[in-house]
Amino acid sequence: MDMKVSKKLGLKERYTMMTRDLAWDTTFQPMDKVFPQVGYEGIKIHDWNAWEDPFRLTMDAYWKYQAEKERKLYAILDAFNQNNGHLSVTDARYINVLKLFLGSTPPLELMAARGFSMVARQMVGAGPRVACMMQSVDEYRHFQTQIHSISNYNRFYNGLDEFAHQQSRMWYLSDGKSFFDDAITAGPFEFMVAIGFAFEYVLTNILFVPFISGAAYNGDMAAMTVGFSAQSDEARHMTLGLECIKFMLEQDPDNLPIVQRWIDKWTWRGTRKLASVGMMMDYMLPKRIMSFKEAWEIYFEQNGTALFTDLARYGVKVPKCFDQTIEEKEHITHQSWIGFYMKPDATPFHTWMPQPEELDWLSEKYPNTFDTYYRPVYEHWIAQEKAGKRFNNKTQPMNCQVCVSTIKFNEPGDPMEMCFRETVYKGEKFHFCSDHCREIFEDEPEKYVQTFISSHAALQGKCEPEGTDVNAHDYRPGARMHAYWRMDKRASGDFNGSEDQKNFAKWRAQATQN
Amino acid sequence: MTSNAFIAFQKNEETRCIVEAIVDDNPAAVVVDQPAMVKVDVPGRLVIKRATVEEKMGRDFDLQELQLHLITISGHLDESDDEFTLSWEA
Amino acid sequence: MTLLKTLAPYDFPSSDAVENYAGRQLLYINWERHRMFSRPFVLALAPETLFGEIIDTHMTDCFSYHPDWAQIDWRAVRWLNGSRPVVLDRNKSLADNGIGHKDLIRLITPGLDGIAGSGY
Ligand SMILES: [Fe+2]
Ligand SMILES: [Fe+2]
Ligand SMILES: [Zn+2]
Repeated sequence: MDMKVSKKLGLKERYTMMTRDLAWDTTFQPMDKVFPQVGYEGIKIHDWNAWEDPFRLTMDAYWKYQAEKERKLYAILDAFNQNNGHLSVTDARYINVLKLFLGSTPPLELMAARGFSMVARQMVGAGPRVACMMQSVDEYRHFQTQIHSISNYNRFYNGLDEFAHQQSRMWYLSDGKSFFDDAITAGPFEFMVAIGFAFEYVLTNILFVPFISGAAYNGDMAAMTVGFSAQSDEARHMTLGLECIKFMLEQDPDNLPIVQRWIDKWTWRGTRKLASVGMMMDYMLPKRIMSFKEAWEIYFEQNGTALFTDLARYGVKVPKCFDQTIEEKEHITHQSWIGFYMKPDATPFHTWMPQPEELDWLSEKYPNTFDTYYRPVYEHWIAQEKAGKRFNNKTQPMNCQVCVSTIKFNEPGDPMEMCFRETVYKGEKFHFCSDHCREIFEDEPEKYVQTFISSHAALQGKCEPEGTDVNAHDYRPGARMHAYWRMDKRASGDFNGSEDQKNFAKWRAQATQN
Repeated sequence: MTSNAFIAFQKNEETRCIVEAIVDDNPAAVVVDQPAMVKVDVPGRLVIKRATVEEKMGRDFDLQELQLHLITISGHLDESDDEFTLSWEA
Repeated sequence: MTLLKTLAPYDFPSSDAVENYAGRQLLYINWERHRMFSRPFVLALAPETLFGEIIDTHMTDCFSYHPDWAQIDWRAVRWLNGSRPVVLDRNKSLADNGIGHKDLIRLITPGLDGIAGSGY
């Protein structure tokens, strides 16, 4: 055996010395006073040292690799801007997928950053504290780079500039906002299951893998590189989420029912949140690499089955909603696009009817449902558009009290019927999109009676631009939602005939001719 | 049925070498090419060996450099100086 | 029984309690098997509002875009409040029809199943 003298410590020793060995137990104050939140959710922990980050990433290595990621990212963004990269995307409809993605995601990244820094403060063990702190910094990086990339398009296209104002007000942004508000107001362990496990491990692949690869396929270098740069952190986030689940289950058998309820709850909430991501893949990418249904099968069904088969040794079962999501994968993207198309005045991005070859692609990808349920209404609308009667539903939506999606999903087993659920709590009626959302409400009604639903707030007269006289005789609540939302009129309506469409055609012609 | 462990990378010169190393060290590996990314599936257990990557790259390689190119993983992770493994039980 | 756990007393009002609507109440309207409208719509109305007025103004304004609207045989229609079948009189008010705050009224039009029978 030849002896090699190692100048450097090995990865495992380095990790131990740089994380756990730097932590200490408090003595001036009792530990449970210093870390008050880790106990009240009912999770029992006996040995915090049992948690180890399998990446064994130390803070010094973290900074080194993150700095390298940023250098690569900004080199590509600079090249994108120097070459008028926005004109190399497939067609101008594509820009709208960015408006939806970049208009909704950065504030959620910021909430993730805030949540993980709070959890990093609360966790007792050095392993999870360091990993949560790194994730918090990562999420802050995602927030910043996404906002930075808004500027790459905002100087050319309409509707991107009021995303921060719209986050807390806009009807279709309420689902994401409520998802993070729910998570961040829970205890630290539930937050970890919500974001670290259900969102990062079980669901985020759908957002960042096929969708961002789709951005690349549509010629968008900038979104691809921002998306993949963020996603390079996700493997660490997924690992943290999975480690947290295993840690809780290994620490005490009493933790299982609590963890299972959180897995059920958050997998469902995440699934609802992803309906609009699926719609972006199926309807808003002019060139598509795979359907939402195919992505769901690879990243949720197969990968989820692998995960839950493995976790079965702890007694964990597949999330209760699993079967319903498998039925819904054939429907939700179409139901979402219908929901956005019919409301052309209420989004700062454009919508449109699919072109004939796109309808055929949808028929091919959704052979069980598309021609039966969705093609007829699209063909009807296309004919209406030609007759100058593009659909515009002027009414205000009904939303689920828990997920805050508009109530637009079908009754399980019957795609022609709407799914409605209701319950009465303290004499007031509450409505839900599904059995799962009703159950979440009934478990913690005190929390969900506070849900913000923008159409309700409008009818209470709360959504008015400053200076509105709500006592004026001609006052109509909700009539000035555009001003309240700070909607750029040029950014809404059908894509066909839009300023973006005209400008893109003009600029592209200038780029290819003298 | 054995579950797949998988890993996906952004497509670039470095990950071309990493994927070649995975294919050499995991005979059951299936490489899936997609726009701007590459995904490798292996039933049960996927291992990346530092020595093989170094051979392909012709330079020293620290397995933590994988962080720069990662898109997603599936499986329990274990990382040491010499090996990066992803595995599912059962 | 609630599963909510907190570190301190936790008591917050409902965002949509009827008191917040200045004498009006919320009403949701859906037309079954006509999913083109995506989701029900919501109104805030005085309980004295005649139900017929809701049909003639709000429902007609929204739903008449659908070719089935003109085909409705109003003698054959049925109504649900949530999942419960109800008889509604267009000449009576919401209150007299037993419609309360945040009720969901669903219109069923037998024989009309949307564009090409698709439910849309
Ligand atoms: Fe993120
Ligand atoms: Fe993340
Ligand atoms: Zn819901």
